[in-house]
Amino acid sequence: MLADKDRIFTNIYGWETAGLKDAKKRGDWDKTASLIKKGREWIIDEMKASGLRGRGGAGFPTGMKWSFMPDPEKSGKPHYLVINADESEPGTCKDRDILRHEPHKLLEGALLAGFAMGAHKAYIYIRGEFYNEGSSINKAIAEAYDAGLLGKNAAKSGWDFDVVLHRGAGAYICGEETALIESLEGNKGQPRNKPPFPAMAGLYSCPTTVNNVETIAVAPTILRRGGAWFAGLGKDEKNTGTKLFCISGHVNNPCNVEEEMGIPLKELIETHAGGVRGGWDNLLAVIPGGSSTPLLPKDICDNITMDFDTLRGAQSGLGTAAVIVMDKSTDIIYAIARLSHFYMHESCGQCTPCREGTGWIWRVMTRMVKGDATVEEIDMLMDVTKEIEGHTICAHGDASAWPVQGLIRHFRPVIERRIMEYRKNAA
Amino acid sequence: MPKLTINGIEVEVEQGTSIIQAAEQIGIEIPRFCYHDKLSVPANCRMCLVEVEGGPPKPVASCAMACGEGMVVKTDTEMVHKARKGVMEFLLINHPLDCPICDQGGECDLQDQAVAYGYDRSRYHENKRAVADKELGPLIKTTMTRCIQCTRCVRLGEEVAGVTELGLMHRGEDVEIDTFVEKAVSSEMSGNMIDVCPVGALTSKPYEFKARPWELSKTESIDVHDAVGSNVRIDARGGEVMRVLPRLHEEINEEWISDKTRFAYDGLKKRRLDRPWIKNEKTGKLEEADWNEAFTLIAEKMKSRKADKRAFIAGDMIDVEAMVAAKDLAEAIGGAALECRIDGATFDTSSRSGYLFNTSIAATEEADAILLVGVNPRTEAAMINARILKAVRHNKAKVGVIGKACDLNYAYDHIGTTAKDLEAFKTSKAAFAKAFKAAKKPMIILGMGALQGEDGQAVHALAHEIAKTYKVVKPEWNGFNMLHNAASRVGALDVGFAQDDFYIGDASFVYLLGADFDTSFLNSKAFVVYQGHHGDLGAHRADVILPGAAYTEKTALYVNTEGRVQQTLRAVMPPGDAREDWTILRALSAFLNTPLPYNTHQQLRDRIVKEWAQFGTLDVVPSETWEAFGKKGKVSKDVIAPAYENIYMTNAICRASETMKACTQEFFLSKQEDMAEAAE
Repeated sequence: MLADKDRIFTNIYGWETAGLKDAKKRGDWDKTASLIKKGREWIIDEMKASGLRGRGGAGFPTGMKWSFMPDPEKSGKPHYLVINADESEPGTCKDRDILRHEPHKLLEGALLAGFAMGAHKAYIYIRGEFYNEGSSINKAIAEAYDAGLLGKNAAKSGWDFDVVLHRGAGAYICGEETALIESLEGNKGQPRNKPPFPAMAGLYSCPTTVNNVETIAVAPTILRRGGAWFAGLGKDEKNTGTKLFCISGHVNNPCNVEEEMGIPLKELIETHAGGVRGGWDNLLAVIPGGSSTPLLPKDICDNITMDFDTLRGAQSGLGTAAVIVMDKSTDIIYAIARLSHFYMHESCGQCTPCREGTGWIWRVMTRMVKGDATVEEIDMLMDVTKEIEGHTICAHGDASAWPVQGLIRHFRPVIERRIMEYRKNAA
Repeated sequence: MPKLTINGIEVEVEQGTSIIQAAEQIGIEIPRFCYHDKLSVPANCRMCLVEVEGGPPKPVASCAMACGEGMVVKTDTEMVHKARKGVMEFLLINHPLDCPICDQGGECDLQDQAVAYGYDRSRYHENKRAVADKELGPLIKTTMTRCIQCTRCVRLGEEVAGVTELGLMHRGEDVEIDTFVEKAVSSEMSGNMIDVCPVGALTSKPYEFKARPWELSKTESIDVHDAVGSNVRIDARGGEVMRVLPRLHEEINEEWISDKTRFAYDGLKKRRLDRPWIKNEKTGKLEEADWNEAFTLIAEKMKSRKADKRAFIAGDMIDVEAMVAAKDLAEAIGGAALECRIDGATFDTSSRSGYLFNTSIAATEEADAILLVGVNPRTEAAMINARILKAVRHNKAKVGVIGKACDLNYAYDHIGTTAKDLEAFKTSKAAFAKAFKAAKKPMIILGMGALQGEDGQAVHALAHEIAKTYKVVKPEWNGFNMLHNAASRVGALDVGFAQDDFYIGDASFVYLLGADFDTSFLNSKAFVVYQGHHGDLGAHRADVILPGAAYTEKTALYVNTEGRVQQTLRAVMPPGDAREDWTILRALSAFLNTPLPYNTHQQLRDRIVKEWAQFGTLDVVPSETWEAFGKKGKVSKDVIAPAYENIYMTNAICRASETMKACTQEFFLSKQEDMAEAAE
């Protein structure tokens, strides 16, 4: 269990105010200028040493991502930092609490990250539904400007830095980094092809890095306490540090909690969420990392640890670490069918497999909820998900395929039984 | 120059070449729907997925991936087949199975590729999606359920036609191509959307349910509705032209043609002259006649008029052969006035560089400042306008306009409206003048609109002066251009079918060679022969009518505004008794007892090449020496009027065309009504 002294988000529950005065008491904006004075390379090296992996879901090493940005003196173009606050993955609510209660961690992180990649401007792209959270960030931005922490010579570091909040319109796909950039530019939120990656040609075709809110918000603490400290926490050298987990569903006490990377799932649920409703044995399955990650049945949940590589090994993923717990009262086919509807509804419609495939999946899933299908169609459904996966412009196609794959992988007998029952009743 | 291997074949390509292009170079076909070499690359159809070794463990879109040094690409692996089959299946699940009633059938990318890459049966048992059809005007028919959302039409509109009229609306399964507010696609290039559509979602309305591609004989020809000389393919069945499609010519029209070029063909079947007619002197009515009667009468009248009272007037769509035959005939009978500028334009025809589009159409896209004088390139030469649009988009070229303000699809500085303003431009200090002075590749495009007044010669001279002042002509760059509207014009000027100090009202014998214009200029007592293919303005005034062949019915030479010699090929036979124009003149010459010295088309061609060597080689742009031209004089204070008010009614074929009539209503008259309403 994470010791209190190693906690980064000390106000995640909003027990103190989000204001600058309280934030400073918690250690934010402490000697930020001195960190910047240590230089660009030092910051990137520390981030690399910390082993921090992107908190948005894909888990790409953050230090490496920052180092992909071209040399600001040579690129001849403005650089941009874009912070992805379009948190829309079902089950995920960690960024929302950071925006509400720890906005200054985010702003300080933005300054440090922006400096490290040669950006004088950061855009925070916030989900349209996060009205209050946007207001909270705006308030924090205003405070920071008033205190000289942002703007010209931000925090007396010698680096000019502006932060602009941009409200999205609530499309899930705009959380995909290139769709977010398109949307930010004023276009329809449709993902771009990669390459070119945003580090080469992103916002307004300029070098851009898009980072998740949590990734940016943990950066100041890592730099202050050292990459080694962060790397010392967690499971192994590839799964380091602390992580905000969002536990929802059939638990007694749904919550957001900061824990060490690699905590056993059972411990996480029992310690922080008050356990599964009706006890651990009443557990049916867990979606470990937000709606797009394949579910895990109870027998895997018994022993699994919550980190990137272990979950990948179990053919799932850590994703955003949004743990959705389902007890035995759950109609698991219906639950996944509901997710299929979500992915169909949120597909941007640009590329073929996702546009056509998500609707197909949902229609078949809807029939399978009733059992109005054939056993062969289970294999066909699996095949359709494989035809989508990896063939699309962005990861939305994969995300729509995985939950269904997880369902078929672990709960095929349930589907078959449903089909048999339906046939029996029909006959 | 990266070197890569595709299916084991090594290939070296230009930097920036995509995998799909590299594969094409070595003859490996990669299926595609959204990719089009002339449009931007959205990579959204996912049909062109290939495997790249060493890359991520998933296939990549070969249209969007640039070739890299040492890349190993495979287009024929398990992974690729799986991906293609999947994409094909997804495209087909919501595509209707209506190929038997679809106009695209037989030339449909989806149909072809379904055969090559698809499953042989469907696994999709849900309901198919249906999409409401859109009303896009008189040219494009929509069947939106067939749409596969490749967005080629959207990109064509934005990038080539320069209008954002179509877009991909909504999202997910509900995406559809639509105009945001219901309206007709008003671009003069809209027909090209039909060509780029890989399925039967956008098809030609006039061609609806008319023919199947495999029934059509295809003839590679050129277009004569404007002076661009767009390369076209004429598809005919029996004696009927069924449709006109563009043919690739990188230096002229690329892969596009204007709507007029594409859709005016139905005018070829209406109001045709298919036999000789003679006007009964007593009743004033035209009566059917045979060739002998007509020729005898003409010969008699022609001989009875003095040489200086005879005139041959060539129209806008007349070929070089006919004009040379007419010229030879005129000489043989002792002389006659020859003129081709039936739009009333006057300018100096002594120097070829003075009346050609010297820069060339292809090089127009390199220009960095363009001065348009009395010309609306968008309507008068849509293909050249597409090049100007490229120059504006890619080189940030500045455009200045002298003449009536017009609706161009790029921003321009409106410098003035009269020839006086052109004069003032010589010493102008305006922003555009500065940009024009600083430009490395400046262009002047002088339109017929500016030359149709009495001051034509003076304006021509003034344009020369401007060219000199602004150093528009340099050793490697000739930026002086005249944009003609008539396909016959440059050829006519080349063979000397124009003369100064000529007044048509003086002529008492007028031979109209396909010349359709306001005949009130003719002497009311003049004897008028009309030789041509349509019963249009010229025929209405004629005393004798001789039926000629239209451009689809003859193999004949034309010179485009650049001075490029091209030829049409006969696609269908002329109707009834109609004949190729030069043969009519040859036959007439016998009745005048001065038979012309050629009996075959080849002999006539030889005669032409002997005098004008440039007609010996087709498809070459001449580079002419820069000389003085024009006569200095006072220029008018009147507003320069556009050459055409209504671009859909510019010649006899258009005026006979129902499609062009519908376009006139939809895009011209309704716009005027709107303007009238707005004015109120």
